[in-house]
Amino acid sequence: MTAELGHFALTLALGLSLMQCAVPFWGARAGDPVLMGLAAPVALSVFGLIALAFGALVVAHVGSDFSVLNVVENSHTTKPLLYKITGVWGNHEGSMLLWIVILAIFGALVALSDSLSLRLKTNALAVQAAITIAFLVFILFSSNPFERVDPAPAEGQDLNPVLQDLGLAIHPPLLYLGYVGFSMTFALAIAALIEGRIDAGWARAARPWALLAWCFLTLGIAMGSYWAYYELGWGGFWFWDPVENASLMPWLAGTALLHSIVVMEKRDALKVWTILLAILTFSLSLLGTFLVRSGVLTSVHAFAVDPARGTFILVILSVFIGGSLALFAWRAPLLRPGGIFAPISREGALILNNLLLASACATVFIGTLYPLALEAVAGAKISVGAPYYDLTFVPLIVPLLLVLPIGQALSWKRGDLLAVGQRLLAALAAALCVTLALIAWRSGGPVMAPIGVGLGAYLVLAAASEIWSRSHQPGRPLAVALRRARGLPLSAWGSAVAHGGVGLMVIGIAAQGWSTETIATARPGSAIEVGGYRVEFRDLGSRVGPNYREEVATLVIGGSSAPVAVVESGKRFFPARATTTTEAGIATLGLSQVYVSLGETYPDGSVGFRLYHKPLVLLIWIGALVMAAGGALSLADRRVRIGAAVRARPVSAAVPAE
Amino acid sequence: MALWCVMALMTGAAVMAVLWPLSRRGASLGPVEQDDLGFYRDQLLEIDREADRGLIAPAEAEAAKAEAGRRLLRAKGPARPLATTGEPALRRRRAAAALGLSVVPLVGLAVYGALGSPGLATRPSLDLAAGGSRTEIGALIAKVETHLAANPNDARGWDVIAPVYLRVGRFEDAARAFSAARRLAGDNPDRAAGYGEALVGAAGGVVSREATTAFEEAVKLDPGSARPRFYLAMAAEQDGKSDLARAEYERLVRSAPPQAPWLPVVEARLARFGGAPSGTQQQAAPARPEVAPEIRAMVDGLDARLRQGGGNADEWLRLVRSYAVLGERDAAADRLNQARLALAADGPATARLDGLAQELGLGQRGTSP
Repeated sequence: MTAELGHFALTLALGLSLMQCAVPFWGARAGDPVLMGLAAPVALSVFGLIALAFGALVVAHVGSDFSVLNVVENSHTTKPLLYKITGVWGNHEGSMLLWIVILAIFGALVALSDSLSLRLKTNALAVQAAITIAFLVFILFSSNPFERVDPAPAEGQDLNPVLQDLGLAIHPPLLYLGYVGFSMTFALAIAALIEGRIDAGWARAARPWALLAWCFLTLGIAMGSYWAYYELGWGGFWFWDPVENASLMPWLAGTALLHSIVVMEKRDALKVWTILLAILTFSLSLLGTFLVRSGVLTSVHAFAVDPARGTFILVILSVFIGGSLALFAWRAPLLRPGGIFAPISREGALILNNLLLASACATVFIGTLYPLALEAVAGAKISVGAPYYDLTFVPLIVPLLLVLPIGQALSWKRGDLLAVGQRLLAALAAALCVTLALIAWRSGGPVMAPIGVGLGAYLVLAAASEIWSRSHQPGRPLAVALRRARGLPLSAWGSAVAHGGVGLMVIGIAAQGWSTETIATARPGSAIEVGGYRVEFRDLGSRVGPNYREEVATLVIGGSSAPVAVVESGKRFFPARATTTTEAGIATLGLSQVYVSLGETYPDGSVGFRLYHKPLVLLIWIGALVMAAGGALSLADRRVRIGAAVRARPVSAAVPAE
Repeated sequence: MALWCVMALMTGAAVMAVLWPLSRRGASLGPVEQDDLGFYRDQLLEIDREADRGLIAPAEAEAAKAEAGRRLLRAKGPARPLATTGEPALRRRRAAAALGLSVVPLVGLAVYGALGSPGLATRPSLDLAAGGSRTEIGALIAKVETHLAANPNDARGWDVIAPVYLRVGRFEDAARAFSAARRLAGDNPDRAAGYGEALVGAAGGVVSREATTAFEEAVKLDPGSARPRFYLAMAAEQDGKSDLARAEYERLVRSAPPQAPWLPVVEARLARFGGAPSGTQQQAAPARPEVAPEIRAMVDGLDARLRQGGGNADEWLRLVRSYAVLGERDAAADRLNQARLALAADGPATARLDGLAQELGLGQRGTSP
């Protein structure tokens, strides 16, 4: 009965979403606050119903209700409870339901937020309801998770073993929170276009949503990258795979959006561009969903295997992207353009940031979609990989990183480049020293690695110097500077921390130039050398998990004298799906890792191994975490939340040291 | 019944979510327009703060303040009129209420009526029964598996679990279990044939070289055993030796005891080669076990549902196979054609249908329409 109730909750949510879309919009046109007031409570009820449906699906999975097709196809009675729950979104139907749950969560948050005026909130919720309707129709008619089987089979087919992993439990919800979060800035942008009115107040209302979505997307991408790193056994952290690019594109556009919204809030400029970016960011999120969900990536022809599904998403895609861009073309000229400003200023630097980020996003877009277009037209299957991106993406990102600290230090309206240069001199000099020292120490190594690490160090030091120069005045004691640093607005800390996180990530990526790889076969008792470590293969055993059998090799990693770590690297065989997964053995030594992937087992008892030593590799993901933390700090800035003037005074009094 | 009650309650709550806000007064909803005044006042305060901190020079601060002030004046456009009271507002509210009362339950129930399976929910006894046997099998497998993990050399354990694996479709495990039992307790016809069958299942119905060897062992140990002989005939058929296969099938049918449950399957195979000898056919026909009415009802129910559309590949395959097992070859061939039409767009499903057609010997008729 639970499954049927969940199903009914979805159809009822469809009916309510129709109301949420039509009536408040009509109210906003007619200027009737009562009809406008309908949007918020209905959005909350839609959230309640969709959450109920999701809960029903979770119950069906946890209770192994094999009368539900989705459970049969993705669950198994012996599967551990955690993966019974995460299996809910480890498949197409369930993940689309999760998508829409998150959409409803954001709708409920908007409905509850008091920082938006009624008119803006109403229009935004109506646009959001339109998205909800499209996806509910898609779920109900082509990807229904509540489809039943009669008679129910005795056992399920189990979840794809690659997905039976904690990383995959967290990754999709985070990623979807990011993707769908940008639906809020999209809805606000469309609302502004409909009203033909946009100002700094809009930017202030939209900024928290953009920040929130951006934080989640950053975490989601980082989590996905770490999962691919340790679960797929390839030892890399980013493969320029279309699935990864699908999430990187909205991230790049979203990053640009985040910065242009700031310009709009502070300087009332870049309005039209910001609206366009808000539309593009969500469009890229939709495109990402389409690419991953339609099966178009495995092959353009796989798309035709389930034409209903793919065509459906394509229609949603064209309606929302085409519709919003058409609305933009029609209404944007009505928006009052912002003021003019000098090129050497914070806003000038942010425009450069936007240009570079947008171009980088375009290169990823071409690299992702060109092979698909070529396959569809000419039938040739090509893959665009790292060499392409090294030549296009990297040359756009490096200048961006170089001017980042300068833009961060420039003041609004009219900046003083010379003064900024003086302030950054220390950071630049220190970074140069780091680079030279590394070149001297690792002579003969790859050229780009020390330069990249130097660039990362420059970013981290510049972020620190930003805080220092804003709080320290020459001649004043250190204690005063510390107190002033504490008193700096959280958004200043947030931007410094996030930019420092970028630096950490750059260091981690650049240091991979020094990573070493060894492929070797070994018998128990023999040792392999990798990256200055002696890895001894101790033994090969087997054991039985809840729903898999495992072959595990135990290896001891030795330093110069004593052993420093013991790792287990295994292969798991899942009988229900007859699939094998690799479980890489990873030893974390400081910020570096030794990574052991188990290969073939030979009849004579020797075993093939792939070993990597990856210096400072953890910095890649730590950098992403720090970036997201910076975003969270900025989000927590009290000043952002001030909706009405009444609350402004006590809050500003709470900021000391000024 | 309980389902419909809860659904009615949910519908009522959803409608109330529309009606309740309509009964509120407009004034309680807070400011309708953006409060620009407040925003620019905040901005002026922030300029002061930044000036105090020395981030912008006093002159710059003055200019910035002047600009914020100018923007404030510009932003204060004419306020749009609000229509909270009066006759038109009342009519709009009534229209919205009528929409809420009709659209929400109608869309909800209509879409659910088209897609849902409320009937399935009201048969808890069947669900429970299925659940019971399922957990029993699951528990049995888990129990024996734990036992075997601790005592991997217990031949009896492997003997118990191997056929169970075979039945739940875990062919690779079944093959492993049978081969362990053969290794530990020596060969017997059942173990050898079971091993072969597991290999065939794992290979998706193809009788491999290794499976053939296993079946040959089984026949060597017990020449009268029908199962390995059937698979050997199938191997011959798959190798293209149709004469050999046909002869073996015929020999199987002739030697079969009249009540043998596998007889219809062999006859179905034989039918592909142009019909069984008439004598055996007549002899075998009454021997076919009576079909239990429940099974009949289940197959017909599935048939009726799939005819209405919306069946997936597994359901179609099950239906075709059911008719073949019931001996209704025309019905099976007919449903096979329907399945081909219904699943035309689904490549893998079509391949599976072809495989089934070949297995059941329905291939020649499959392409007729």
